Amino acid sequence: MAEQATRLKVSDLGGVSLVEFSDRKILDELCIHEIQEELGKIVEKGSVGNLLLSFKNVEHLSSAALGMLITLKKKVEEKKGRLKLSDINPQIFEVFKITRLNKIFDIHPSQEKARASFQEA
Amino acid sequence: MIEPAAHHLAAGRSGRVSGNGVPVSGRSRSAGTKDLKDFEQIIVENDLSAAKKPEEVILRELAEHGYGENAAFAIKLALEEAITNAFRHGNKCDPSKHIRVRFRVTAEKVEIEVSDEGEGFCPEEVPDPTQPGYIDRPHGRGIMLMRAYLDEVVYNGLGNSVRMVKVRQMK
Repeated sequence: MAEQATRLKVSDLGGVSLVEFSDRKILDELCIHEIQEELGKIVEKGSVGNLLLSFKNVEHLSSAALGMLITLKKKVEEKKGRLKLSDINPQIFEVFKITRLNKIFDIHPSQEKARASFQEA
Repeated sequence: MIEPAAHHLAAGRSGRVSGNGVPVSGRSRSAGTKDLKDFEQIIVENDLSAAKKPEEVILRELAEHGYGENAAFAIKLALEEAITNAFRHGNKCDPSKHIRVRFRVTAEKVEIEVSDEGEGFCPEEVPDPTQPGYIDRPHGRGIMLMRAYLDEVVYNGLGNSVRMVKVRQMK
């Protein structure tokens, strides 16, 4: 069942928490701080710790948002979970490429492909 | 120091008026150089919500001049990074300080200058965030993104003011 948080929509996919952003712009620090807090809680209470972040609705993001994702990745991995990203639009994917974070994050073109990859070893 | 806006601004050409003293916008009369004489200016309190104002105005002018989605994306991103740096690293989150944004949008290019009241910094000393040892750090990518998306990113000698230029891509 979907749970509506302030800035995130969270769904349990069975072993994987699917998180979708409510905001189309993940830019300013206040917004990012709130998202970071909500994501932190999701990771803390998740029994498995696998997280799929869908950027389906996201049109803008800043370097502060990238920093938030790096911190989140570390948290997820501390819990022996895996973090995957999906549905990143071409403009935003370019931001990942410029900063070379596309090499650090496990990025998939769609939720379905990301979900399938969790099944792989 | 950024002077109180009302002391050196003429009336805004499109009726943009201050709210509680700031933000204020209008044509600058005090810009010291000939190059800056046609620039509009908005001064906001050192507050990230207040700093949305110059972004809105600049993006509206981009749309009025027929700039496309890619240019708007680039300007929005670069402005966000520059203002966040001014707020956090320049003005150290001090609400008594100000951020000044000067800008000029023409058919050929967008020029923006973002200044804070901080002590400045040396941009050359900011490490390359793509290098091993820095790639997994959560900070330090703002200037890199500004440089990637704009044609010119130049700091003043002190490092508390950055001039950014985006030249229009001709089809």
